[in-house]
Amino acid sequence: MVEQAKMSVLLVLPIVLPLLAAALAIIAYNHRTLQRIVAVGALIAVVADSAFLLVAVERDGVQSVQMGAWPAPLGITLVVDMFSALMLVISMVTVLSVLIYAIGQPGVDHDQPVFHPVYLVMTAGVALSFTTGDLFNLFVAYEITLAASYVLITLGGRREQIRSGMTYIIINLLASTLFVVGIAWVYAATGTVNMADLAVKIAQLPSGTQTALSMFLLVVFGIKAAIFPLFFWLPDSYPTARMPVTAVFAGLLTKVGVYSIIRTQTLLFPQNRPSTILLVCAGLTMAIGVLGAIAQNDMKRILSFHIVSQIGYMILGLGLFSVAGVAGTVFFIFHQIPVKTALFLATGLVEQSTGSTALSKVGGMIRRTPLVAGLFLLAALSLAGIPPFSGFVGKLGIIQAGFGAGEYAIVGVSLVVSLLTLFSMIKIWNGVFLGTPEDPTLRLASATSEERLSTPVLMRGATVALVGVTLAIALFAGTLFDLSERAAQGLLDPSAYIQQVLG
Amino acid sequence: MTPRRSVILDLCVQAEFHTLLLLSLYLLFAGHNQPGGGFAGGLVASCAFGLRYVAGGSSALSRSISIPATTFLGVGMLFAILTGCVSLLTGHEFLESAIFSADLMVLGTVKTSSVLFFDIGVYLVVLGMALLLLEQLGGADGTDPDEVQP
Repeated sequence: MVEQAKMSVLLVLPIVLPLLAAALAIIAYNHRTLQRIVAVGALIAVVADSAFLLVAVERDGVQSVQMGAWPAPLGITLVVDMFSALMLVISMVTVLSVLIYAIGQPGVDHDQPVFHPVYLVMTAGVALSFTTGDLFNLFVAYEITLAASYVLITLGGRREQIRSGMTYIIINLLASTLFVVGIAWVYAATGTVNMADLAVKIAQLPSGTQTALSMFLLVVFGIKAAIFPLFFWLPDSYPTARMPVTAVFAGLLTKVGVYSIIRTQTLLFPQNRPSTILLVCAGLTMAIGVLGAIAQNDMKRILSFHIVSQIGYMILGLGLFSVAGVAGTVFFIFHQIPVKTALFLATGLVEQSTGSTALSKVGGMIRRTPLVAGLFLLAALSLAGIPPFSGFVGKLGIIQAGFGAGEYAIVGVSLVVSLLTLFSMIKIWNGVFLGTPEDPTLRLASATSEERLSTPVLMRGATVALVGVTLAIALFAGTLFDLSERAAQGLLDPSAYIQQVLG
Repeated sequence: MTPRRSVILDLCVQAEFHTLLLLSLYLLFAGHNQPGGGFAGGLVASCAFGLRYVAGGSSALSRSISIPATTFLGVGMLFAILTGCVSLLTGHEFLESAIFSADLMVLGTVKTSSVLFFDIGVYLVVLGMALLLLEQLGGADGTDPDEVQP
């Protein structure tokens, strides 16, 4: 009884605390210091709470609570299994680091009284997406996240932000509309939107209906996750936002889409052999993303295309539908969230000290700011999957699973993509950190004093912390991979999940 | 040319303003078992302030309400979330509702539920949102193109 009461509290806190803090932050509209204290305090508490949840799930298995005490198929259930708990921990750590970075960066939260409330609401939305056990509630979580992200992406209101913000809003409204239509179809076919209940009832539908629902939801989440051919909006809209916003979107929002794909494809439409359509999508996403990245000449745009490319690996692991493959995917997402964010934060440090991220304009950063160069290098090598960094472990897991399933073609593609990723990271390295700046009008070129190049300590500190997290992932890769394997077993055999929710 | 204030509209709005606010409160309290609720009530209250804005521009709006719109938003959110937390603190599930009844002499026995407090939060959020819209889109930077001279 006490255990259950404690669990009810632990499970709702990641959603309630950020919302509560958002309410306080909006009341303290013009008191920036107060807003900062509330926001940072709430997120630290959420990080601690998610860590407790992870421990509880590790010890006692899947946890759930029925909100408002309405029983399962009728009410809204919050469920945390190993997969959700892992995602929750890493995303909350990332959200906290980016918040501290944003507080450090001049002009991000300072001139924008809405930044903290909106950022906290987005955090609550992300946490709800990871913990909800109800398809319609997942839609609500998406809307909370998206409504906040619309504000964040256009924060500052520069011309190109508004233009690409429009693309972002329209594409997401379209996806949301499709999502509601999809939920209506699911409800029409089964009479329920509780995911555990759906897992039982969808299995009884004719296979044609199952395929239609499965593909429809795949398209909806595919737009959010930016998989081929639905990725075009991402490299266009992400780079225009302020750097902390771009960083947190890059690290988290597409991963929420991937999470939903994995959750629905494994729980609602289970398979026991590799899914050709997912593997083909994965291959094309990887290849097109990395080719797009190679064609770019700006750090932010290169990295934005890499978001797309890396999504391909996650879909590849899922598409294999084996414990090894899905475990690889879980680990890969776990590593990808902080790495991707750290890369953008390091890019932000470059932009902050030079005023540009164009490869042709910036140069010679390694002599001027060796710390930034080092941070970028560590994150970039991890992204490219060089041993002993965390990306290597994730990719190795996925590729081994691919060999195990006999899918040699897709494994070949992923290896080539890995090389090309390394190539484009080297391109950034050569352009930005080595060489000399070609544009003498930049601050960097004309700067003689050290203070012009220096960046606020909070910005650097947050980046160092996040790169530290990625190194810790590499260090504890064994333990984390074990947890990922347990997460994958839970995903592929959801009986414990269903049992826990429906009782 | 400075637009002139319409006397008819002005008087109608003055007559309607408080009636609308009262109606919004009725909807708020009736909401649990009858048509209405926090959202509908909040919209009606927003209409009342919207009419004030239409009749007299943003200066009339700011004269009729001195609390910042963001405070409405924040307090509303606090109300709604804390309602959920109260049940959590008393050992029930998040957002679990409870029913109270009280004997209010002349009014007889009145039954209400904790959902009412959640609804009050929704009411305030909707109202705050509408006020914020009027404030932001209606020229809060001091250059109100529609400012109407009395």
